[in-house]
Amino acid sequence: MLEIKNLHVKLEEEDKVILKGVNLTVETGKVHAIMGPNGSGKSTLSYVLSGRDGYTVTAGSAKLDGQELLEMEPEARAAAGLFLAFQYPVEIPGVGNMTFLRTAVNAQRKARGEEEMSAGEFLKVIREQAKTLKIDADMLKRPVNVGFSGGEKKRNEILQMAMLEPKMCILDETDSGLDVDAMKLVAEGVNALRSEGRSFLVITHYQRLLDHIKPDVVHIMADGRIVKTGGPELALEVENNGYADILAEVL
Amino acid sequence: MVALDKAETDVRDGVDRETVEAVNAMAGKYKHGWETDIETEYAPKGLSEDIVRLISEKNGEPEWMTDWRLQAYRRWLQLDEPRWAMLHYPEIDYQDQYYYAKPKSMSGKPKSLDEVDPKLLATYAKLGIPLKEQMILAGVDGAEAAPAEGRRVAVDAVFDSVSVGTTFKAELMKAGVIFMPISEAIREYPDLVKKYLGSVVPASDNYFATLNSAVFSDGSFVYIPEGVRCPMELSTYFRINAENTGQFERTLIIAEKGSYVSYLEGCTAPKRDIAQLHAAVVEIVIMEDAEVKYSTVQNWYPGDEEGRGGIYNFVTKRADCRGDRSKVMWTQVETGSAITWKYPSCILRGDDSQGEFYSIAIANNMQQADTGTKMIHLGKNTRSRIVSKGISAGKAQNTYRGLVSVHPKAKNSRNYTQCDSLLIGDKCGAHTVPYIEVKNNSSRVEHEATTSKVDDDQLFYCRSRGMDEEEAVALVVNGFCKEVLQALPMEFAMEAQSLVAISLEGSVG
Repeated sequence: MLEIKNLHVKLEEEDKVILKGVNLTVETGKVHAIMGPNGSGKSTLSYVLSGRDGYTVTAGSAKLDGQELLEMEPEARAAAGLFLAFQYPVEIPGVGNMTFLRTAVNAQRKARGEEEMSAGEFLKVIREQAKTLKIDADMLKRPVNVGFSGGEKKRNEILQMAMLEPKMCILDETDSGLDVDAMKLVAEGVNALRSEGRSFLVITHYQRLLDHIKPDVVHIMADGRIVKTGGPELALEVENNGYADILAEVL
Repeated sequence: MVALDKAETDVRDGVDRETVEAVNAMAGKYKHGWETDIETEYAPKGLSEDIVRLISEKNGEPEWMTDWRLQAYRRWLQLDEPRWAMLHYPEIDYQDQYYYAKPKSMSGKPKSLDEVDPKLLATYAKLGIPLKEQMILAGVDGAEAAPAEGRRVAVDAVFDSVSVGTTFKAELMKAGVIFMPISEAIREYPDLVKKYLGSVVPASDNYFATLNSAVFSDGSFVYIPEGVRCPMELSTYFRINAENTGQFERTLIIAEKGSYVSYLEGCTAPKRDIAQLHAAVVEIVIMEDAEVKYSTVQNWYPGDEEGRGGIYNFVTKRADCRGDRSKVMWTQVETGSAITWKYPSCILRGDDSQGEFYSIAIANNMQQADTGTKMIHLGKNTRSRIVSKGISAGKAQNTYRGLVSVHPKAKNSRNYTQCDSLLIGDKCGAHTVPYIEVKNNSSRVEHEATTSKVDDDQLFYCRSRGMDEEEAVALVVNGFCKEVLQALPMEFAMEAQSLVAISLEGSVG
């Protein structure tokens, strides 16, 4: 599914190197987690994969089902099946949440040469999905993320994910700023979307999210590289002992 | 505001999608940039008393009207072109313009559709005017009896300087509503015209209004009698077609006690390398408890990316709320014109009268807009509200200029002004010039202003969900304009949304 090889990235405006040779393969249908201390490059990885401006790739590749992502516009990556749930979802005043989503769904369908979703069908699907995430009709009509609580914003990201039906989902610190109940709700939403054909890359600081979204593989990222890979037990080790031991061991 | 959002979202949902489709369909083109090859009858170039007399004679006007025009012309000669606006354009040679142009095929009324110049019909079709209305506009006998498809909007089309036809005239007449070209009204209702023409915008008001008073050749006349709610929306399409021709239309709307009318105005022009002059005057008289909504979607040709050609749009629009509790609402979407100089104003003369001004002004490439409103509070308890959304892109300059003036007798009056500017790119400018005068101590005036840039994070967020850059900009900008778009009648709102998208094409990336 996703194959990242020797990815080197620096900031566009400064000479600061952030990713120093990331290698990572996420197989179809698997859930991988990336943990790591602040400043290790986790969020940068998610931004570079989804095509945000401000970064220069100096070496390496990132392929989604064999297609080179790094050469594509952000919207083409989305149409190819990549989705990033933002750590800080962006507010768009005046644009209804539903309008935003329908525009996005149909833009992707158009890019893939598919038929647009009719208004009726869209409404039916979004209502079902919203119910699972406990998103009420009012939230669907409000402007995108404007005045949303932290929990509402993250639930809204998962709703977008559900509607856009991506095959590769990246969750960038989706648990940050959530209380336990809100996190559970988000995790349930994600779990409902797990399927054989869909892969996840869950970026988080804490083990607790992984109690709810059980990963198949856990990676530890430090100083711009994946430094250790293991099973779910690796996340528990981090939780109990912090990063210091692992980092001392590998560096 | 939140309450409004809730109420409106269901309806508006489909509209945004249409915007996006429209952008894609029209990829970078000025939609109305075609020219119709129709034989045109011109008056000689230039301006003189003889030309003024000729226009008056062509319209078969009575002597008082000719004298009125001549007085205006003589006054105009003594005036200087205003230079206080933040607009830069080459000197206009007023002698190098045609002041009267008329499609030749309109000289005699056709008896059937076959006799109508097919090019004129094609023009209406391109303007999106329904077929039945096209027939009526072309003056085909019996067309009014044919069943109308879809929407029911009475249309008056002004082609170059001449009104070429008005639809639903008979049906409106049954309700007592008069909707006809002003040239006809001068002949058929001289008393009404004489009483109200120039009573809101005097012939000596300003340079461009005075010029208009001398040379206006046509426009629309609307009279809504006491207690009548106009049974349909009234609409005028203005189009400049002929080359080197100024368009000077004059609109006069009179709303008697307790009446209501919603009036729409749309404007287009073909692409030309040479700038064209447009100086219109709109006067609205509103009596006790009457209400007028006046909406404009102005899409005159804006000139090309280097600033060649385009319409110079100098417009004087004013509503006089003469009666107590009268109400006027101006809504404008200004996307076209190389130069826009326009300040639709409200004179709140009656006690408890209300004025509202909702505006979207978009300037892209080399366009310059200096636009805003004047709220003149004269009566007690008068209220006004201004919501202005200015969008600048390319190398454009966009100025909001607004006056709120509360006179000593206008006790307990209130004004709220919200003035937001949005910048796209780093070579354009947004300017806000509010003038506030309050001459009593029981009134309250609020002014809020913001300036922001289209945010890279917003664009990336949209794109990461699959929208391309232009779709993303259109979505964000339409969101920025939402409060004003909501003030427009539904059909215009859709047209306006796609216009917003189209006029910003090429503004990013």
